[in-house]
Amino acid sequence: MLDTIIEGAVAFMLIAGGAFAFIGSLGLTHLKDFYMRLHGPSKTTTLGVGFTLIGSLIYFSREDGPVIQELLITIFAFITAPVSAHMLAKSALHHKLKPDPRTRGNPVELESDKPRHTIEEAPQGNSPLP
Amino acid sequence: MIDMALWIALALFCAAIVLNFYRAVVGPSLPDRVLAVDTMYMNSIALIVLFGIWVNNKDYFEAALLIAMLGFVSTIAICKYLLRGDIIE
Repeated sequence: MLDTIIEGAVAFMLIAGGAFAFIGSLGLTHLKDFYMRLHGPSKTTTLGVGFTLIGSLIYFSREDGPVIQELLITIFAFITAPVSAHMLAKSALHHKLKPDPRTRGNPVELESDKPRHTIEEAPQGNSPLP
Repeated sequence: MIDMALWIALALFCAAIVLNFYRAVVGPSLPDRVLAVDTMYMNSIALIVLFGIWVNNKDYFEAALLIAMLGFVSTIAICKYLLRGDIIE
């Protein structure tokens, strides 16, 4: 009875992990611009890989005691995924990738390439240097 | 029950890696390709863990841990290069 419950839990974890990771990669392929595409892998794929690792943890700890090494990878993935997503978003803003018109938000980094004023109109301080 | 779930999960992860590969080849910009490779290593971690379940050997998690750490460091290094034009300033 208990074995059946544990096997069911492992099977549920594996299928849920596969489904989440597949949906994340589908979002990466299907969405329109980079700022939308960033959502799929950074949230959904991380959750899917976490589900799979927890399923593997339950599978290996059902015979001889708890095995907690796989929890290490799960925690590592859950900590590092937001950091890499943040760095990718920063580099995309730095490269001024064009957003889709339906993407909300209007960050300052994407506003325009031109400087606010030309050199002639620039505010002149009273600096002694020429 | 676990065998069936294992095959379904393997098929889903392989399809996910194929989709990531498509984005890495087609991707219009450089951050798109970096994101696709980042997702590809996350999926390959899960694939290695599933292979460990398949052969019933728990040592494969070390390979998954190595891929996780090196993948994170390489993603951060490439992003740093795209941002600043230099990795260690």
